[in-house]
Amino acid sequence: MPTGTPITIDHLTKRYGAVAAVDDVSFTAHPGRVTGFLGPNGAGKTTTLRVLLGLARATSGTATFGGTAYAALDDPARRVGASLSSDVFHPGRSGRDHLRVLQLAAGLERDRIDAVLQRVGMTDAADRRVGGYSLGMRQRLGLAAALLGDPGTLVLDEPINGLDPAGITWIRVFLRELAAEGRTILLSSHVLSEVSQTVDDVVVIARGRIVMAGALAELSAGAVARVRVDAADRSALASAIAAAGGVVETPTAGPLVVTGLDADGVGRAALAAAIPLTLLTPLSDDLESVFLRLTSEHPDPDARPASSAEVAA
Amino acid sequence: MSALTRAVAAELVRVFSLRTWWVLAVVLVLYVGVTAGGFAFFVTAETEGGPGPLPAEVATQLVYSSTTSVALVIPLLFGALAATSEYRWRTLTPTFLAQPRRPVVLVGRLVVALLVGALYGVIGALTSVAAGAAVLAANGVDTLLGDPDVLGLLARTVLACALWSLLGLGLGALLTSQIAAIVIVLVFTQFVEPILRIVAGAWEWSAELARYLPGAATDSLVGAGIIASIGQLDPTVPGVIEPLTRLEGGLVLTALSVLLVAVAAVTTLRRDVE
Repeated sequence: MPTGTPITIDHLTKRYGAVAAVDDVSFTAHPGRVTGFLGPNGAGKTTTLRVLLGLARATSGTATFGGTAYAALDDPARRVGASLSSDVFHPGRSGRDHLRVLQLAAGLERDRIDAVLQRVGMTDAADRRVGGYSLGMRQRLGLAAALLGDPGTLVLDEPINGLDPAGITWIRVFLRELAAEGRTILLSSHVLSEVSQTVDDVVVIARGRIVMAGALAELSAGAVARVRVDAADRSALASAIAAAGGVVETPTAGPLVVTGLDADGVGRAALAAAIPLTLLTPLSDDLESVFLRLTSEHPDPDARPASSAEVAA
Repeated sequence: MSALTRAVAAELVRVFSLRTWWVLAVVLVLYVGVTAGGFAFFVTAETEGGPGPLPAEVATQLVYSSTTSVALVIPLLFGALAATSEYRWRTLTPTFLAQPRRPVVLVGRLVVALLVGALYGVIGALTSVAAGAAVLAANGVDTLLGDPDVLGLLARTVLACALWSLLGLGLGALLTSQIAAIVIVLVFTQFVEPILRIVAGAWEWSAELARYLPGAATDSLVGAGIIASIGQLDPTVPGVIEPLTRLEGGLVLTALSVLLVAVAAVTTLRRDVE
């Protein structure tokens, strides 16, 4: 059974001219775990992965597999499998021939082609030209290519992008199986909800910088409890909540949204002030909004809000 | 298998798993077949104002060199398409993941470009013989098929096609844009070079320089060619400059291919893959 190598990104910076696409990024993806590399489009995920795989040069810092650069690995295809895009196939070549070219170049056994085609469920489509494949089929072919050398470590860029619901379920189960076999899996996504059921660890990147790295559970710790509450006499309710230490977020219209107190605290404050409530609902701050807040909290220093003159123009 | 043998095997599958190579081969056969047949008819027929029947030694050289006279565009286009296809379809990413040692990939590709170019040379040579010899024989001219001069010319045709495929590979890797490569290959071989070679004959200094154009150098290497033959066929063309020798022609063509490939290699080996 292939075992994974840790992936270590160490103070990695990649500049294109004056723009730092990746800015002093450090994190580790561990064997036996699925690490989600998350961030909005353009945050620097793909650039980081391309440097890791030797396709682009780092400006400074390193990205290695257990201390060894991809190109310096013995037999890299047997150690690391990667799928960086669903858009790297010649449309006139069959899926099987695409794998055959890679299998020969990487010096792998020919029977691996049938094995990986079967594993990703592409045996029947393998002899058709890639030009006729759906996005989901191209994703599966890319995954098959990554698995050709039966590697212990997998690097997958947006593997879930464009899959239909059945495909998403399939790949979740598939990646969990691979991780359970002891492999290191690093996968990127721009949508947390796509991968929140798959990943163990998360690394969140925004504008080239890491804004959070840790277990998925730590991300939920960043959630803020809020309560929606309403009463016939809203202003009296708002005063009672403020007196009890709560902060009212929307005092102008509609039901109140309170932070700083949980539902129990809000209920007690209303009871103490003898205000009958018409509504009391704890609001769950889901992971997606934590993720959005993390990735937008660090505004680009060069960006500035449009002035009224620019808006008018 | 060594990494290099594997690279060659992988590149062979890459070429022969697409339709491009045989579509080009079909065009080559049609183009060379019609040209060789046409030349053979022209040099044997008693046409008004024509050169009249040429001696078999001259006629066969002209007919059997049809491939390098008109169809070098095919191996050139093959090489250019092979190189630019990787950029057009972004397949350099899986290529360099499977073999991150880029020089190995490059050498494998060079070998396969030479091999497939030579294959086009063999197809072209066989076609020119098949179509040309039939017309020559029908008009009572000796086909000289066993003649060492003819066999040597056919062998040098194969070498020339291999070098033109390499030329295309270098050009394509340098340009990276498939559209640009196709346009440049077609415009240069079909218009620019033939016109340059004919116009250059007007002055001694330009005629001397024109001998180093790739098509002219190829005619020197092969030992015959339609544009090179115009001067010999038409005595009114003044001041024929002595063409390059076979060896010089071969060296010019090789140097040009190697230079293009080297420049392309230096950039491709260092560049970030998009």
